[in-house]
Amino acid sequence: MNAQEVRKLFPILHQEVNGKPLVYFDSAATSQKPVPVIEAIEKYYREYNSNVHRGVHTLGTRATDGYEGAREKVRRFINAKSTQEVIFTRGTTTSINTVAASYGLANLSEGDEIAITPMEHHSNIIPWQQVAKKTGATLKYIPLKEDGSIDLQDVENTVTEHTKIVSVMHVSNVLGTINPVKEIAAIAHKNGAVMVVDGAQSTPHLNVDVQDLDCDFFAFSSHKMCGPTGIGVLYGKKALLNQMEPVEFGGEMIDFVDLYESSWKELPWKFEGGTPIIAGAIGLGAAIDFLQQIGLDNIHRHEEELAKYAMERMSEIDGITIYGPKDRAGIVTFNIEGVHPHDVATVLDAEGIAVRAGHHCAQPLMKWLKASSTARASFYLYNTKDEIDSFVKGLVTTKEYFGHVF
Amino acid sequence: MSSNLDQLYRQVIMDHYKNPRNKGELTDDSVTINMNNPTCGDRIQLHLKVEDGKISDAKFDGEGCSISLASASMMTQTVKGLSVENAVKLAHVFYNMMLGKEYDDETFDLGDIEALQGVSKFPARIKCATLAWKAMEKGVGHQEEE
Repeated sequence: MNAQEVRKLFPILHQEVNGKPLVYFDSAATSQKPVPVIEAIEKYYREYNSNVHRGVHTLGTRATDGYEGAREKVRRFINAKSTQEVIFTRGTTTSINTVAASYGLANLSEGDEIAITPMEHHSNIIPWQQVAKKTGATLKYIPLKEDGSIDLQDVENTVTEHTKIVSVMHVSNVLGTINPVKEIAAIAHKNGAVMVVDGAQSTPHLNVDVQDLDCDFFAFSSHKMCGPTGIGVLYGKKALLNQMEPVEFGGEMIDFVDLYESSWKELPWKFEGGTPIIAGAIGLGAAIDFLQQIGLDNIHRHEEELAKYAMERMSEIDGITIYGPKDRAGIVTFNIEGVHPHDVATVLDAEGIAVRAGHHCAQPLMKWLKASSTARASFYLYNTKDEIDSFVKGLVTTKEYFGHVF
Repeated sequence: MSSNLDQLYRQVIMDHYKNPRNKGELTDDSVTINMNNPTCGDRIQLHLKVEDGKISDAKFDGEGCSISLASASMMTQTVKGLSVENAVKLAHVFYNMMLGKEYDDETFDLGDIEALQGVSKFPARIKCATLAWKAMEKGVGHQEEE
């Protein structure tokens, strides 16, 4: 993979920020969008914008083909058995909330347990807290090892015959660790629980095969994988989705409507009330084509290399703490001794370098790391080692700057 | 280094960050306000003692960046001795300063606070600087209700 060639397809990267070439190291928050994605969305609005599934007219058919064609692209991308198992949502948060509100509330009661980990993003914690509060079920945490990884023995010890739902993130948005979700799913199933996987940070970077993982639900967002914001996916096994009630009711999702009773469309549409996110789905489809053309394996290898190089270079600077184990995807979370991460991010920004500072929507993990907040550099297919060199230079400048003003 | 950055991290701000004034707790007859900045994790615990409509003492503790902690330090320093009414007025003078608007620099002795003017050039950091002031406003509001 040639990152320099890839960069040419991302117009936003070719600009100066605060008089310096932009170095965008915040892709774990949201990725940038390549020309083919921008053009696919523009083409839809310019040439065939129309509502789906209802028009007899030509544009309506083209829009429906575009929307449903994107669903087939998603199906192939995650290797789902059928497009009936691919539901378009607003994003990972909505996907997990749908499972919690539909499956969770209907199937859990007092005495049941939900198992998650302390490293989860808030969007994979709070929906389960709510289910526990409403149903009387207990929320349990699978403890983490000191380096932030998950020991399967701890999963065995936490997940019991009372556990009804296990929900774990595939790749950590803070530590960059890849969690053994396939093995965790096997333990969940052995105990009769369903397995939910938060794939927000894995789908942009790894080949995902939901049948191989054997997870029951898989949630992800388009905007972290070169697609537009506002759209994501909930994958669910057909047998489970068929049992579940919709969360939103209205147009598009109905079969028959009478004055006092209504019935739902078949899967996947019963979960897609209202006019769907048509342009978003088409953009996501274009993003999938783009990523697959380059190859997820190539992207993953490139990011691993960047993360390794960044950690090597950062370890040359005294007083930098890097959180998490060595093996990781393209995420490096760190702190500079004596300088608050906000201040680090502000000084780096003055150098044109965009990083994230804060708790990364993972307050329980921050607590566990004993850091009130951290800075995070996250890499994607369009980043280069030269940019890491600029970043490392920026870190030295930051240290010197605060050393000087103190 | 850009001059904007030097305006943001003025010496006096760094001094308040490194040597915060009024750090600690007030135990007797004081109001305690916990406030945090949910988007970034900064948090402040502010203790205010109000007697006869006047803020007679103020102390704080917290976690956060240089701007939020320095601002908390300066705020406690400035509001001590002010009437509740004036402290709230001063908070609004400060908010105007943060928003880059014209602000009244005559009614009150702004002292070190004016060093925070540079924050207005960094929109993402304004909420760091205003956290302590919001906590103070909440604290005196609470006091009035009682």
